[in-house]
Amino acid sequence: MGDFLSQFAALFAEYDVPGAFWVNIQLTFWAAIFSLILGTVLALMRISPIASLQWAGAAYVNVLRNTPLTVIMTFLFLAVWTQLQISLSDDFAQNFFRFAVVGLTVYHAAFVCEAIRSGVNTVPLGQAEAARAIGLSFLPAARLIILPQAFRGAVAPLGNTLIALLKNSTVAAAVSVSTETSTLMREMIESNANYIYAIFMTFAIGFVVLVIPIGLLTTYLSNRLAVRR
Amino acid sequence: MDHGETTAAGKPGAPEELGPPLVELKGVNKHFGDLHVLRDIDLTVHRGEVLVVIGPSGSGKSTLCRAINRLETVDEGEIVIDGQPLPQEGRALAKLRADVGMVFQAFNLFAHKTILENVTLGPVKVRRERGAAAKERALALLDRVGVKNQAHKMPAQLSGGQQQRVAIARALAMQPKVMLFDEPTSALDPEMINEVLDVMVALAKEGMTMIVVTHEMGFARKAANRVVFMSDGEIVEEATPEEFFTAPRSDRAKDFLSKILTH
Ligand SMILES: Nc1ncnc2c1ncn2[C@@H]1O[C@H](COP(=O)(O)OP(=O)(O)OP(=O)(O)O)[C@@H](O)[C@H]1O
Ligand SMILES: [Mg+2]
Repeated sequence: MGDFLSQFAALFAEYDVPGAFWVNIQLTFWAAIFSLILGTVLALMRISPIASLQWAGAAYVNVLRNTPLTVIMTFLFLAVWTQLQISLSDDFAQNFFRFAVVGLTVYHAAFVCEAIRSGVNTVPLGQAEAARAIGLSFLPAARLIILPQAFRGAVAPLGNTLIALLKNSTVAAAVSVSTETSTLMREMIESNANYIYAIFMTFAIGFVVLVIPIGLLTTYLSNRLAVRR
Repeated sequence: MDHGETTAAGKPGAPEELGPPLVELKGVNKHFGDLHVLRDIDLTVHRGEVLVVIGPSGSGKSTLCRAINRLETVDEGEIVIDGQPLPQEGRALAKLRADVGMVFQAFNLFAHKTILENVTLGPVKVRRERGAAAKERALALLDRVGVKNQAHKMPAQLSGGQQQRVAIARALAMQPKVMLFDEPTSALDPEMINEVLDVMVALAKEGMTMIVVTHEMGFARKAANRVVFMSDGEIVEEATPEEFFTAPRSDRAKDFLSKILTH
């Protein structure tokens, strides 16, 4: 046991483990904000009365949700950056970081959209009809009546999407974000193979410590914010 | 449940004394798949008139109401409100809907908004009224329907009767030209029916144009100028409430009345 602890001490002394987690947290933070925005737009398209928008929203969700994240990331890295030479920042590391945020955003927006749509399904049809009956057109009715209730009904699935996003942020390694956790873990194992259990525990516990509060918070909020009918 | 014994005071006059046409349906047809729910409906409601629509379940009463503010589209025919044909979609339709108040069987108060916000939302967001003015008017309306002291509660904290009265206040806040009521009391416990009907009777006496789907004969007798009996998507009979309830002409109306009168 003492041996184990000294292994942790050695690893933390040599490598910046909290720094690596901080990169994943930042990736998650930005991708969460952007995918919430994009996912809300997609959900609006899917519930809108305009058939072509419904179709486009559904097509986006079905394509992106069923494409592995690694494939999206590799596409961004090899096709968009290497081939098309589109750059998101002059700073190398910053450029890769932004590509990772883009990849995580476009992928998770599909799940956010579906989470919000499940929230919309918790809102009785009568709410939308009452909104229309007082003269609100689609967008104001969505903004003032439907979405506020839908978000409250979608806290739990949105929380699950956030947890998935945090864990999936390690796929940023595919666009060469070299400072994040999974990359660091591989580095550490390569040069400290005999510490394998300590290394594994470090990262497993790290993610568990980050994920559990998200789960507790969403459970709390989803009860707290539930709309009484 | 009979409210007919009270008084016939304030009984409205014959249709000739009423104002110009406000709601006109001409040759309206509507299908749900193979089901022909509205068949050649011709109906004119005049300004100040109170029309009661009655008929068996599934006869198309709700569909008729919903077609009038275009919560349902129709396949054929024309619906004109205050001289304007119903627009297809978009802003013009939203504006016209704001002029047609609707009260639903299930109240449909905005569940995440307080009672007061439910009433001010339309005036502020649709009519662009100032917040303070809208609030003052909302409180006056809530007072009129007897729920002013509940203004800061959430809908779920109110009884059904109170919620329905708030729903009436919410519709009135838009200063509509006509009010539609789709079975406003049929989801209520019996002891709450009268508090809602009283508000509706008062509204009728003030001259509001109303189209009311209801089986409450007491209300029809007290407040309605005319009763329209629907069956299988058709208007089968039109009469004054007194004529209709005492001497229905068609067999379908007789049959229907014999069923509701036994309760
Ligand atoms: N959205 C819909 N899709 C398919 N059929 C429908 C729809 N809405 C109503 N109907 C059918 O149309 C017919 C007329 O319905 P409507 O609700 O207008 O009747 P109603 O007279 O209001 O009946 P009730 O007294 O039960 O409220 C019914 O047979 C009903 O099942
Ligand atoms: Mg009905």
